[in-house]
Amino acid sequence: MKKSRLAKRIFAAVPLLLMTVLLSACSEKYIVLDPKGPIGQSQKDLIIITTLLCAVIIVPVLILAGFIVWRYRDKPGRKDDYKPKWSHDTRLEVTWWAIPIIIIAILATVTVRYTYALEPSRPIESAEKTVTIQVASLDWKWLFLYPEEGIATVNYIKFPDNVPVRFELTSDAPMNSFWIPQLGGQIYTMSGMAMTLHLQADQTGKYFGSSANFSGKDFAQMRFVAEASTKDEFDAWVKEVKATGNALTTDGYEQLQKPSVEEQQQFSSFPEGLFQKIVTKYVPEGSQGHHHGGGAVSSNEQKQKPVQPETSEDADSSHNAAQSTHAGH
Amino acid sequence: MWENIKTFASEFFVTGDPLIYGADVAIVLTLVAIVFTLSYFKKWKWLWKDWITTVDHKKIGIMYILCSILMLFRGGVDALLMRTQLAMPDMQFLNAEHYNAIFTTHGVIMILFMAMPFMFGLFNIMVPLQIGARDVAFPFLNSLSFWLFFWGAMLFNMSFVIGGSPDAGWLAYPPLSGIDHSPGVGQNFYIWGIQISGIGSLMTGINFVVTILKMRAPGMKLMKMPMFTWSVLSSSLTIMLAFPILTVTLAMLFIDRFAGGHFFTLDGGGNPMMYINLIWMWGHPEVYIVVLPAFGVFSEIFATFSKKKLFGYTSMVLAMMSIAVFSFFTWAHHFFTMGSGANVNAFFAVTTMLIAIPTGVKIFNWLFTMYKGKITFETPMMWAISFIPVFVIGGMTGVMLSVAPADFQFHNSYFLVAHFHQVLIGGVVFGFFAGLYYWWPKMFGFRLNERIGKWAFWFWNIGFYVCFMPQYGLGLMGMTRRVNEYDWGQGWDMGWMPLNIVSTTGAFLMGIGFLFQVWQIAYSIKTHKRDVNGDPWNGRTLEWSTPSPAPVYNFATLPKIQEVDSWWEEKERIKAGKPTPQPPLEPIHMPDNSAIPFIQSLCWFVAGFGFVFGWMFFAIPGLIGVAVTMIVRSFQKDDGYYISVDEIKKTEASIRGAG
Repeated sequence: MKKSRLAKRIFAAVPLLLMTVLLSACSEKYIVLDPKGPIGQSQKDLIIITTLLCAVIIVPVLILAGFIVWRYRDKPGRKDDYKPKWSHDTRLEVTWWAIPIIIIAILATVTVRYTYALEPSRPIESAEKTVTIQVASLDWKWLFLYPEEGIATVNYIKFPDNVPVRFELTSDAPMNSFWIPQLGGQIYTMSGMAMTLHLQADQTGKYFGSSANFSGKDFAQMRFVAEASTKDEFDAWVKEVKATGNALTTDGYEQLQKPSVEEQQQFSSFPEGLFQKIVTKYVPEGSQGHHHGGGAVSSNEQKQKPVQPETSEDADSSHNAAQSTHAGH
Repeated sequence: MWENIKTFASEFFVTGDPLIYGADVAIVLTLVAIVFTLSYFKKWKWLWKDWITTVDHKKIGIMYILCSILMLFRGGVDALLMRTQLAMPDMQFLNAEHYNAIFTTHGVIMILFMAMPFMFGLFNIMVPLQIGARDVAFPFLNSLSFWLFFWGAMLFNMSFVIGGSPDAGWLAYPPLSGIDHSPGVGQNFYIWGIQISGIGSLMTGINFVVTILKMRAPGMKLMKMPMFTWSVLSSSLTIMLAFPILTVTLAMLFIDRFAGGHFFTLDGGGNPMMYINLIWMWGHPEVYIVVLPAFGVFSEIFATFSKKKLFGYTSMVLAMMSIAVFSFFTWAHHFFTMGSGANVNAFFAVTTMLIAIPTGVKIFNWLFTMYKGKITFETPMMWAISFIPVFVIGGMTGVMLSVAPADFQFHNSYFLVAHFHQVLIGGVVFGFFAGLYYWWPKMFGFRLNERIGKWAFWFWNIGFYVCFMPQYGLGLMGMTRRVNEYDWGQGWDMGWMPLNIVSTTGAFLMGIGFLFQVWQIAYSIKTHKRDVNGDPWNGRTLEWSTPSPAPVYNFATLPKIQEVDSWWEEKERIKAGKPTPQPPLEPIHMPDNSAIPFIQSLCWFVAGFGFVFGWMFFAIPGLIGVAVTMIVRSFQKDDGYYISVDEIKKTEASIRGAG
């Protein structure tokens, strides 16, 4: 009795110890485990829950494996409990069908709940007005457009902290993936369609932005800085960029779109409806665009028609031209 | 004229990289050496009659394994080059293009030209022997499968020195793999290399399903089959359902590239995301195709080296079959981040987790096979035991990845890389090594040196953990796969270097492990003692009842099966002085050798080469050759031949009598 309680404590201690080592000793380099926003925080919680749930079964199994191999090794003078024909025991087998079923049932429940809660197209609840940033992955740089502020940047974004940021994402190059590990999970950027991802930073700071999906020769150079600043700093920055008078023209975009590696850049303006143009680039002349209500589209819809970005609740003016042609669904 | 030739040659041959020139020299020297050796020892006829035209499943199996070990070497060198490049943040060892080509070929070769043929080799050698058959159901088709694989692999590997390697990732997602973004011939090599060998794989799947269902020895009911045979059946059924998807998908990609089709383009109504769905509808079952037979190998080994019956036979069968079925319903977990919505992600997350249930049951059954057994630690058992912790941890990280919202943080990172290497090396490679060590005496009639084998084992195992455990950490640090450098500059330090150095060290330790294995084989060939009784491990299943290596007809008389572990039971009866009486010998009907599989596959190779470069003057004659060989074959009377009773007696006396 006493022994088994001790064993249980050891079993419980091992995963905890592992987590502590992983979380504390190894410092802030483990950026996925050092989130700076609500989405990343929930994902980290989920990672820890799943690790512990798995460890509950894994750790005893590993100890059992070690014990069996050691205990039943063939050595001279072993106490003879060799049972060469023992190959079936209904009770035991029911037990170990049941154990993984229970664990997986719990895990599945947790997963499904989090899947709906963390669906990337779902807006983050906040009293603050959402900032929208449109993202296009190009060969091999990131172009960011601020439809409300009317500015554009390359390989650099700035946004206010404690304000939800709504990313609308597309690509004018092979598929890539937009990932700011400390703010939350990634999402693919795909040509001919627009995705939505909501993130928020709780602290000011410069965060690592990564292109997580291989998209050709120099994709490794396609990193960006995501900087969360105070609201005032952000507003000042917008003004400053606008004042540079360095506009991104249609021709300028054509140049930028060509394969190259770029430094960070800032533009005081960009061509009206550029994002929509990129998204609907492959819609044949005369046929109608199509938009959808979630970050998700059924593959069937995708196959039929390329999609335009969804209408947001706080419909911003720059979208209206593209969206007024159809009624949605 | 001279200028034209020069321009052509500079495009045709891959130039400008000392590594590749080195490889060119090595290839030419190897070819010269092979031709010289064969001519000097007058072995051409032997090669043709005994190997190239053979339909003997045991020889075909040996050729499969030989090729797969060569491919393991090539894929392994690719891996070491990558790890060298990644050891430091800005290592100027491989440039981006070269690095991209290398991770692409590493993936393709390891899965399709290493794991698959290794597995087919084990299928070929062992399944007929385990079920008491004289060959597979379709020996001619079997030979054709092998040669299609061989020439497909040759075509793929050629891209290294001719034309340029594919560099769009091992699954070649469009639009990157489309003609606009990959205008070179590399993707064509990819398509045709895989396509030609893929047809072979599909035929092997069919062949083994039929063999197992129709060719079992009298009395061997399905539920009395050895567990490895069950695993082959589940894997082969999965091949039959999955490989047609691959063939069709690659054909569509080829039509897009070659004939301006719009299946996966962005314009003209195509959709590249459909390709990603389709390729993973094959790709996910594919990983179960290779791992299920490894499970079968482990089941045999745990029972044999614990000297105990496999625990929970029925559960094991049920588990394997349910894994095979579930494997078709999990593909979208490879792209949770595509934004298919919460409904789709929730569905695929749960189906993926379900696979953990039968897998977990199998682990328990293996553990309880050892429980109250008498475990000895020969090399096959060492690999089998070491598989358990590797696979349990790999399985755990797999479950973590299946949690869709968490996967948004793991996807495409080194966490994922570490996970799939852990299950593929720990499950598949360890399994096939274990199988090779276990069945080597049956294949060649002698055991491999244990001492060197243990060195190899420890290098591989320690190397494995040193290489891949840090990669989980790198993933959590935000390092993504396929980057060729991580020098962020501007005063940023992601802190990725220390773990990368450790990981690279581990990779080289595994490389040393491989060298030990080569040495082990060479050393054992030179110094071995012949294994005379054909049953060196005190085996349980039918293959150990034959002499080593088994004669061409496998069994002089077909055994009658009464129970699982029939050879073990028979040995018990022999000990008790009551062996099952042997029926009288009868002439044995055997299939004829044929050159057609080799020639037809060679024609496929020529056709494939033509399509790669768009040279119809190659492609059309190649296809005509394929058609002609098919027609010739349809009009051939292939009655086989009989081995007379006298000859059987002579053969049996010479192999058994030697002991």
